[in-house]
Amino acid sequence: MSTIQAARRCTPLNAAHRALGAKRVDFAGWDMPLHYGSQVEEHHRVRRDAGMFDVSHMLAVDVSGAAAREFLRVLLANDVARLARPGAALYSCMLREDGGVLDDLIVYDLGGESFRLVVNAGTADRDVAWIDSQRAARAPQVSLVPRRDLAIIAVQGPRAREKTWAAHPPLRSATEGLAPFHAVEAGGMFVSRTGYTGEDGFELMLPAAQAAASWQALAAQGVAPAGLGARDTLRLEAGMCLYGHDMDETVTPLESGLAWTVARAGGRDFIGARALEARPAARQLTGLMLLERGVMRDHQKIRCGAGTGGITSGGYSPTLERSIALARLPRAVAAGETVEVEVRDNWLRARAVKPPFVRHGRILIQI
Amino acid sequence: MTTPANLKYTPSHEWVRTEADGTVAVGITFHAQEQLGDIVFFQAPEAGRKVKQGEECAVIESVKAAADIYAPVSGEVIAANPEVADSPERVNRDPYAAWLFRLRPSHPAELAGLLDAAAYAKHAESEKR
Repeated sequence: MSTIQAARRCTPLNAAHRALGAKRVDFAGWDMPLHYGSQVEEHHRVRRDAGMFDVSHMLAVDVSGAAAREFLRVLLANDVARLARPGAALYSCMLREDGGVLDDLIVYDLGGESFRLVVNAGTADRDVAWIDSQRAARAPQVSLVPRRDLAIIAVQGPRAREKTWAAHPPLRSATEGLAPFHAVEAGGMFVSRTGYTGEDGFELMLPAAQAAASWQALAAQGVAPAGLGARDTLRLEAGMCLYGHDMDETVTPLESGLAWTVARAGGRDFIGARALEARPAARQLTGLMLLERGVMRDHQKIRCGAGTGGITSGGYSPTLERSIALARLPRAVAAGETVEVEVRDNWLRARAVKPPFVRHGRILIQI
Repeated sequence: MTTPANLKYTPSHEWVRTEADGTVAVGITFHAQEQLGDIVFFQAPEAGRKVKQGEECAVIESVKAAADIYAPVSGEVIAANPEVADSPERVNRDPYAAWLFRLRPSHPAELAGLLDAAAYAKHAESEKR
């Protein structure tokens, strides 16, 4: 354990986490809850009922102005022209000129020429600097407003929506008809039907001063507080990438299982597009399921007939009760193939599988 | 009670209980399981294996990390706890009941050099800071 600790940044819910006795960790400089007693229990609560995560360390950035849409069509690898109407959301990578991934984010169409990006905590400062420099060069009339005044609570699980409505009755009529990957302003909040767990639910963006009251209201409806530990095992089961682990500046989205998020139609010239054309992916991101006892961890080595690779996110799946991972492997490795993973000096067998492993409470791979 | 007075301890967070027949049961402390988080896998030592004091002889994996378990004293492994191998979460639920393996000490004098409850509690507290 570290004995020298720099002051960590706190979200508006920090006092609530302390009051619940959370085991806390430093995450990208933020003092965040890892779990409130049992990470596995929190994981199951989200898969089977409803849990809530404080994700206020993530940053909303509002981009608006007459040229905002055209600017984002250059800035992002996915095409905001795909946003069919106000309230629609899109998942995208933001790339460097060389195709490396600067961050992954969700962009919401707020209507008019306004958009909201939600970016990762660890990359937030760098993202804002990058976006601002691109804005200055390409669309100086576009405005950029980081929204540190907002808290974000993710309520996830099969009963997340009904429990959110019970905690915040005015939200019901406004969000009952909200389609997945859409958002709406309601009851003084920005409510989106999105998440990072593979379950249904909402993400609530609300003024920081209201966060604690909302958290308490959700808790009163039996929504279980869940920490970053469960968030990680849930997203891994859902086959969702984690920035800094499954992708970063050194790899392209095409090598990260994210080709579906790159909109290349019409030769749209977004930042990184030319590099992606010139740099065909030799590697792929695939899922692994360990066939033996043990736990795969990040950075472990992999060997297989087609060459070598490595684990980008490894861990224990509480739903599958065995170890699963995302791994970067040669493109030739096909689903169903057996590879070997170096787990603590032993080469253990694992099967390549196509993620997701689990969605909406159901196991989607053969075990 | 997170450090029972009737047990001996190691700085690497194993507890040791001397049985009536002179063998010892070995587990990990409340502090250790708390640091590890949910325990999901126990790789037991093989019965009959001879270990030296301080030697790595088992592995505990939690959702967070893998941890080596060291032999608190030299001796021969008599048995591993099949209940922990089947349900590793027992170590979180009751770390002092969930013994991991038993040893027959070859140098019983080593037992006297282990930490008592008060010394271990102080050691664990110092690591928390």
